[in-house]
Parts: sequence; C-alpha cells; structure tokens
Amino acid sequence: MLKNRHVTGWLQAAPLSLILAGFLILPIATIVTVSFWQATEFSIIPAFSMENYAFLFGSDVTYRVFLATFKYAAITWALTLLIGFTVAYYLAFHIRSQTVQIALFLLCTIPFWTSNIIRMISWIPFLGRNGIANSTLIDLGLIDAPLEWLLYSDFSVILAFVHLYTLFMVVPIFNTMMRIDRSLIEAAYDNGASGWQTLVHVIVPLTKPGIMIGTIFVLTLVMGDFITVRFMSGSQKANVGRLISNDISLLQYPSAAATAVVLLCTVLIVIGILLRFVDIRKEL
Amino acid sequence: MEKRSRSFYVLTAVFALFILFLYGPTLTIGVLSFQGPQGGLTFPMNGVSLHWFRDLFEEQAVGDIWGAFRRSLALGLMVMVTTVVVSVMGGLAFRKRFAGSGALFYLIIASLVIPSILISLGVGLIFNQFGLRVHWATSGFGSQLTWTLPFGLLIMFAVFNRFDRSYEEAARDQGASAWQTIRFVVLPIIAPSLIGVALFGFTLSYDEFARTLLTAGSYNTLPLEIFGMTTNVTTPVIYALGTLTTLFSFLIIGAFIVTVWGLGKRRARLGSDAGKGV
Repeated sequence: MLKNRHVTGWLQAAPLSLILAGFLILPIATIVTVSFWQATEFSIIPAFSMENYAFLFGSDVTYRVFLATFKYAAITWALTLLIGFTVAYYLAFHIRSQTVQIALFLLCTIPFWTSNIIRMISWIPFLGRNGIANSTLIDLGLIDAPLEWLLYSDFSVILAFVHLYTLFMVVPIFNTMMRIDRSLIEAAYDNGASGWQTLVHVIVPLTKPGIMIGTIFVLTLVMGDFITVRFMSGSQKANVGRLISNDISLLQYPSAAATAVVLLCTVLIVIGILLRFVDIRKEL
Repeated sequence: MEKRSRSFYVLTAVFALFILFLYGPTLTIGVLSFQGPQGGLTFPMNGVSLHWFRDLFEEQAVGDIWGAFRRSLALGLMVMVTTVVVSVMGGLAFRKRFAGSGALFYLIIASLVIPSILISLGVGLIFNQFGLRVHWATSGFGSQLTWTLPFGLLIMFAVFNRFDRSYEEAARDQGASAWQTIRFVVLPIIAPSLIGVALFGFTLSYDEFARTLLTAGSYNTLPLEIFGMTTNVTTPVIYALGTLTTLFSFLIIGAFIVTVWGLGKRRARLGSDAGKGV
C-alpha cells in the first residue's frame, strides 16, 4: 500500500490531469502559438509575426465588437441577477414545505438539461413578423403594424441569453440562501426590521458568494458565446465569438487564434477580479 | 400557521411568470409540430396531423438525423461513464490535499469558464497539425469532457465536504483494506450523488454544440445536425425534431430523478438497524 498521500493523490488525479492537459492546456498553447503565425488564402505558415495582433488592434471593428460583447454581458447579467435572485428568494424563504421546494427547484433546473439550440429555435413562432407576440399586440389594438425589432435584433439576442442562462443565477443563489441561519432573520425581525430592511441588510450581504458564482457563470457564458448571437440576430449582430467563428469558416486560423487569445485574456481578467470576492471551494 | 404576506402572492405570480417564460416556447413548438401538412412555422394551426413526425421517420433530404441521434447517444454514454469514473477518482484525490492540488483546482475552474469555441478551435488545430482526422469519438469526446468534468468534480467536492469520515474510520477499525473501504463504504454512501454526476455527464454531452463544432469531423452529432437544419429547413419538421429531442431529454431526466428517489427510499428502509435490538 502506498503510504505517501502526494503519490496516491496524483495517481487518483492522473486521468483528470491527463484529460485537462490534452484537451485544455495543449489546445490553448496551440492557439497562442498559432496566433503568431501567418496565413495565406490556402494555408497557414509557421512564423513569428505580430501581424495578427497588429491587424486586430488596428481595426475599428475589433473595438466595436468587444464593446457589443460587453454590452450583451452587462445587460444579461443585470437581468439574470434580478430574475434569478427573486426566484431563489421566493423558493428559499417563501416555500415552507421541503417537498414543494425540491419540486419547484427541479422545475427551474430541468431546462438546463435540454438542448440550447432547440430552446433558441422555439422563440421563432413567438417573435417572428407574424408571430404570437405581434399578432397578440395587433389584436389588442396596441400597435398597427408588426414590430420588426422582436426577432433578429439585440432584443431577441438578450431575451435568449436571459432565457438560457438565468438558471445559472438561480442555482448558486438558492444554494447560498438555504445555508443562511434562519435565526439571523428572526433576530432582524425581533429588532424591528421590516421585510425590506431584512432583505437588504441581512439576506443580500449573506447571499453575495452565490451571486458571485452566478455572475462568473453568466459573464463567461455570454462573453464566450457565438451561436446565440448568430442565431437570434439572424447573423446581423456580432460579438467576439462570432468574429472568431467567422475567421474559422474562412480558414483564417491565425487571425481567429489571435482574437481567441485576446478574448481569453479578457475573460480571465474578469474572472480573476470576481474570484477575489469569493472562495469557491468554501461555497461548495 | 402564520398568515401569508402580500409579498408572497406577488412573488408567486412572478415565479409563475418565470416558469411560463422557461417552458412556454418549448410547449409552443410542441403544439406547432402537430401542424397540418400545409401548415407553416407559426400560428394559425392549419389542421392537426402527425405529418411532420412521419416526415422525420422517412428517408429525406434534410440529412442523417437518425445516424446523428445514434452518434449523440453513444457519445453521451461514453462521456457519462468517463465523467463519473474520473470525477470520483478526482474527488478522492482532492481529499488528500496533495502537493499541486490548488493549481489543479484552478485548472478545473479554467476548464469551466473558458469560452467553448476556444476548445473547439484549439483541439481542431492540434489534430490538423498532426495530420489526424477529427472524429466525434476521439477529438469530440475529449473536448466534451472539458465541459462535463468540472461539473462532475464540483458535485464531488460538495459531496466530500459533507462526508462523515467516521464511517471510513469504523471500516478501517474493523480491518477493511483501503480498497474495501472505498468499495463497500464510500461508494454506497455517495451513490445518489453519482447518479447526479451521470445525469450531468450525459445531458451536457448530448446537448453540446460549441465544443463539438470543429471536433466532430464529417459525422455530425444531433445538435450539429439540428443547427444545420435551421439554415435550410423552413417547415415544421424542425419543430417535430425539437419536440422529440426535448421529450427524450425529459425521459432521461425523469429516469435519473426516479432512480435517485428510489435509492433514497431503499436507504431509508434498509439503511440502518440502529435501535432494532438485533
């Protein structure tokens, strides 16, 4: 029997380490390398050149697209936080039966295990020119002509983001709320705090770790996305992910890799900042 | 029982709207997939029929849906088994606080937060450079693991944070070997959580799109096939496919939930003979 816990630990962690080395570290290293290569129309050439980065940082498009990415991330974050917090608060503090609580929580999480693509497709009959939203509004006499901005616009992109990713806020916030010692809330009431005051001064501060974890999920998912923006905007809007995927489809791998490196650095900086506010290992 | 406050009813209404928001669109395409043969992509319903479902089962021009489904199923099962085994081993390893475990932990977090398209691009480039052919069962399989493993491991960390070590000590005191302790004490106790890990492993793989996009090769998985259809199919057949896929997902999720529930019941019945005076 192996006595050394370091040796046993590494042996047990070996499959994990090998998979992450082969499919996480190596691919990233490759992307970083290729980002310094050059490309012609037909092939990529190993070289060391800053050309891709010079082009990237010299182009207006880059800044506009990064700005759009941040805009999507910020709006989606605010909406998912608002909705996610409300839903988690309701489940954690207003539902008294544990069975009902578990059932409602499952109801909220089940869509997470179904296909994102299909959940996006399912907005089409709602938002289209002759879709349910437009025909309802016309029937109610609120508008005369169909609204054009419901589908294939920033609106539909953000709607889909909120639809897909609110769960990532609900789950960690609910998890943290369930661990709040209920006697703290009693104490607040006993000292004369109103429901609102208890919420703002007791529950919100104690829920911060959950909010941070939810924020990490939502920001990284939105910033790294390319398919939601492409599908829900009908290819009319762009974010960084789409910039990368367009380069890929044109076989401009070095240029795609350079954009990917910049995106990766941006995401890691954001996460690095957020991780200063929360110790993930303690929250599990 | 204390009287419900007004905020309870307001929040209940908000919650109900949220559930409607979550499930409404899916239910709508469920209804629309029963469109009549002349029906379009939105309401009104042009008759009710199974036309579009029948269309799915016939040989047609839209692609190889059933082949894609079989591949996604096989890949999902491969990813599921690997995720469970590797996560359990990883979870056991992390309890030992071995040198370097902190760095490995941050690598797991990195695997979770990294934009999926980077994995897709990176793995694609590696296979390209070494002259290997990308295939769903090799490059696609590995790429999906970078998404399912962090979830599996986070669940295992949560499980082992709450694990009572005195069970293991008791087993050791009775002379169990290290392997016997894991096999007969630790694994049975954590079994319900492993079903959760398996659920994540299968469903996240079955629905994964971005990480398989450049790594699946010439044979598409189901999400890739469906996405391909969105660009060139303009009939409700895509709704029919979406409805069937979602039903399949619900079936899988339901099976997992029932299994966990059944295990809990069984444990409550057989778990302990404390106080029975045997």
